[in-house]
Amino acid sequence: MMEAVATIPPFESFYVEHRDAVFGFLARRLGRTAAEDAFQETFLRALRAYARLEHGRHLRAWIFTIAARVAIDTAQRKRRDDVALEEEPASEDSRPAYLELEHLAEELPPAERAAVVLRYGYDLPYAEIGAALGSSADAARQAASSGIRRLRRTEGLA
Amino acid sequence: MKVTAELDRRFRDAAAAAGDLDVGYDMVDTPIGGLFVAATPAGLCRISYDPEPERIVENLARTVGVRVLRSPRAVDETRRQLDEYFEHRRTDFDLDIDLRVAAVFSRRVLEELVRVPYGKVTTYGELARRAEHPRAARAVGTVMNRNPIPIVLPCHRVVGSSGSLTGYGGGLDRKEALLRLEGAIL
Repeated sequence: MMEAVATIPPFESFYVEHRDAVFGFLARRLGRTAAEDAFQETFLRALRAYARLEHGRHLRAWIFTIAARVAIDTAQRKRRDDVALEEEPASEDSRPAYLELEHLAEELPPAERAAVVLRYGYDLPYAEIGAALGSSADAARQAASSGIRRLRRTEGLA
Repeated sequence: MKVTAELDRRFRDAAAAAGDLDVGYDMVDTPIGGLFVAATPAGLCRISYDPEPERIVENLARTVGVRVLRSPRAVDETRRQLDEYFEHRRTDFDLDIDLRVAAVFSRRVLEELVRVPYGKVTTYGELARRAEHPRAARAVGTVMNRNPIPIVLPCHRVVGSSGSLTGYGGGLDRKEALLRLEGAIL
């Protein structure tokens, strides 16, 4: 059966549709001032990747995983700067959880992937994931748990 | 939470400066009305009198690339030269032009059109001759009617063989205003 292909909207429409929600999300995570730089970084990253999108489905989930990633990077940079004033941090011997997860979750359907990554990679509460994805906390919880079940099946995780 | 106008502007500037846009556009005020002006990294690609640019934006996204964003900075140079033109301080536009979406014949005709000097007029038949398609006056009329970059590609300087203004995509009033501005008619 033919599936209708969701065309990718002009970046302008995409940006105008999601900018306020993304900024709100970043402001809650980082505070208003840090959120301004993170906002610009989020949409610049999105802009660079936008030409490689293959369809226009799940764009909200997509931009929120980028925003969550930028928020983590921003918080880490700040922590490093704070620590550098005192002493060398203990060296990290593994990739951070969200990097492992983003890789593992690549094959999941987009909504499940976003829910899994935002919940277990970025430690967001379900209410916030629901808001980010334009659904409810319950829907986010369901998407995350069915994503995890699918991962266990395909990756043979215990 | 609403994005402030300043933050919005900062992102739109940064997007143009990063060179990651397929097309940047903005509205430009002129004495003959608001213009939709769009440019690619290669040059100016579209000017329109259409006050509702959504359709043009969609069209540019389909034909040039999906990364189309309103960004004043992307058309700063065009805006500056248009301002000067309407203040009688400029007779020739010095802008890179991107005609990649125009068909070959249209491009041929539009390239001849650019040579028609400020304050002068020519005819559809004469332009067809110069584009080496002497019997294509009617087709030239169609190309003029669909000119992607009016004013800068001066289709307002093309008139009927009897000297009548004939027609203009932006309306005859505007054609007359432009020719009057250039002193081509009194």
